[in-house]
Amino acid sequence: MTLKAQSAQKTETSAANIDSSVVRDIVIDSTAVENSSVDNKAQLSQQFSYRHAFMLVLKRDLTIAMRHKDDIINPLLFFVIVITLFPLGIGPEAETLSRIAPGIIWVAALLATLLSLDRLFKSDHLDGSLEQMLLSPHPIFLLVLAKIFAHWLITGLPLILIAPLLAVLLHLDENSYTALFLTLLLGTPVLSLLGAVGVALTVGIKKGGVLLSLLVLPLYIPVLIFATSAIDTAALGLPYSGQLAIIAALFFGSLTLAPFAVGAALKVSTN
Amino acid sequence: MWKWLHPYANPEVSYHFTNKLLPWLSALAAIFLSIGLVWALLFAPADYQQGHSFRIFYVHVPAASLSMGIYFAMAIAAFSSLVWQLKLADASAAAMAPVGAAFTAIALITGAAWGKPMWGTWWIWDARLTSELILLFLYLGVIALHNAFEDKNLAGKAAGILTLVGVINIPIIKYSVDWWNTLHQGSTVSKLGKPSMSLDMLWPFIICFIGFSLLVAVIICLRFRNEILARNSIRPWVRELVQKHNS
Amino acid sequence: MQFNSFSDFINMGGYGFYVWLSFGATALILTFLLISSKAGHQQIINQIAKRKQREDKLRQARELRKQQNEQQNKALNEVTE
Repeated sequence: MTLKAQSAQKTETSAANIDSSVVRDIVIDSTAVENSSVDNKAQLSQQFSYRHAFMLVLKRDLTIAMRHKDDIINPLLFFVIVITLFPLGIGPEAETLSRIAPGIIWVAALLATLLSLDRLFKSDHLDGSLEQMLLSPHPIFLLVLAKIFAHWLITGLPLILIAPLLAVLLHLDENSYTALFLTLLLGTPVLSLLGAVGVALTVGIKKGGVLLSLLVLPLYIPVLIFATSAIDTAALGLPYSGQLAIIAALFFGSLTLAPFAVGAALKVSTN
Repeated sequence: MWKWLHPYANPEVSYHFTNKLLPWLSALAAIFLSIGLVWALLFAPADYQQGHSFRIFYVHVPAASLSMGIYFAMAIAAFSSLVWQLKLADASAAAMAPVGAAFTAIALITGAAWGKPMWGTWWIWDARLTSELILLFLYLGVIALHNAFEDKNLAGKAAGILTLVGVINIPIIKYSVDWWNTLHQGSTVSKLGKPSMSLDMLWPFIICFIGFSLLVAVIICLRFRNEILARNSIRPWVRELVQKHNS
Repeated sequence: MQFNSFSDFINMGGYGFYVWLSFGATALILTFLLISSKAGHQQIINQIAKRKQREDKLRQARELRKQQNEQQNKALNEVTE
């Protein structure tokens, strides 16, 4: 074994240690709350601990993600490469490219999100911390939401930041940049939320990758339609607030409903 | 009502009930379908605009509306299996998925075959055809998820959650596709608007529709029966049944 | 009756191919589904019967082994005594 591999393994195990300690923290934290629930301040401390649990899960996921930076970078690279393929396949005429740019960027964003989704619950399921999380007395809704939020921060946010660069490559209309930014800002959380349902359903299956795309992609269609149309409308200089409002509605709808579905699906998957 | 319904939650009772129901349903389906199809193919008048190609309508429309209806029925079954833990509801949802997928495929194929003479092309990104295609994807997803699990009970639960997520999404998808279609409407305008049907076209249609619905019921009963047996294979009554069947 | 002759009926006023394609595809898919669903019943019964046979065989083997063990033990005991 080379030295490099050894050190890599070491960091891996230390990461695992931190993981389990955080999970333990959550469990201990919640038992403490249960003990003090006789107290008058129970309501307050419960509320505090909800936020606490949320932040703990979020921080944990972000820490793990920071340890595996390639997991963040690879979907982004995929996003960039897919988008560079299109001019090569279709031809470099600026007119054609700017016509199809919104669709290409959004389809590439869907696929990149799909690639990164696998990580949302897989490693947690393998090392058992997912079951621990489900056993903790905190509402699953909250913990799942924290995990999805972390996933969005890791994958959705970089996508939004890099998208304008790619829009330049595709000669996107200058009026559309704000629309592109806003639709990505509202739309990528929807992708993470809906995708989480698919991952939660397939996490117990060995070869869930292809199945996941089959389950999730049809659900992404409304987001794709409204986002691309908002960008197209913006290119014409027309108001696109209607499409944005619909994407926002999709966002809030999935924000309230998806975590329940994810919780139920995780219970089935971990059995 | 619950007291009356209660015995049917027992797999053995409902197995025998479906067995008893099947011949009646099959006979009715055969009668209605043969009358309906002969009427539709031979006696119904040709459309003054579309000529005899209008006869595809008698298959296409029942298939399309049944494909949607079966998904909603599946969602109701999935909901009751998740909320009231009814294992039989699970089995019925599992029985419905392939039937729904088959009818969606039929609706798509007949739609294409109707579209070729009417629009001059096999496929058109018409709102209804597109949402039918997406419905097919949803069905295939449910079936694939069902097959991915070894444990039938787990598979049923997972597929049930997916079905419910899908059923919430179907209206949204349908709305968005309709909207998308009006936005991108090109030179081809759908000729398949709501036809104002005369009575001698309506009657064969109604009979065909009933016939296809009965056929769906027959196939679902057949599959439901199989699902019950597969899920209760270690029960003594199944063992007895198997022995009786094979001797 | 809308048609004067059988060839008229097949021709469907020029739309024969499309009409028969859609009716044929429908018939094909539905018959396949019907037959496979019907055949599934016998298949599942056979599977269960096979599983039962295997379990019975295992049980018999277990009992046989138990008997042999007892006999061996008896023989051993006799030897040690």
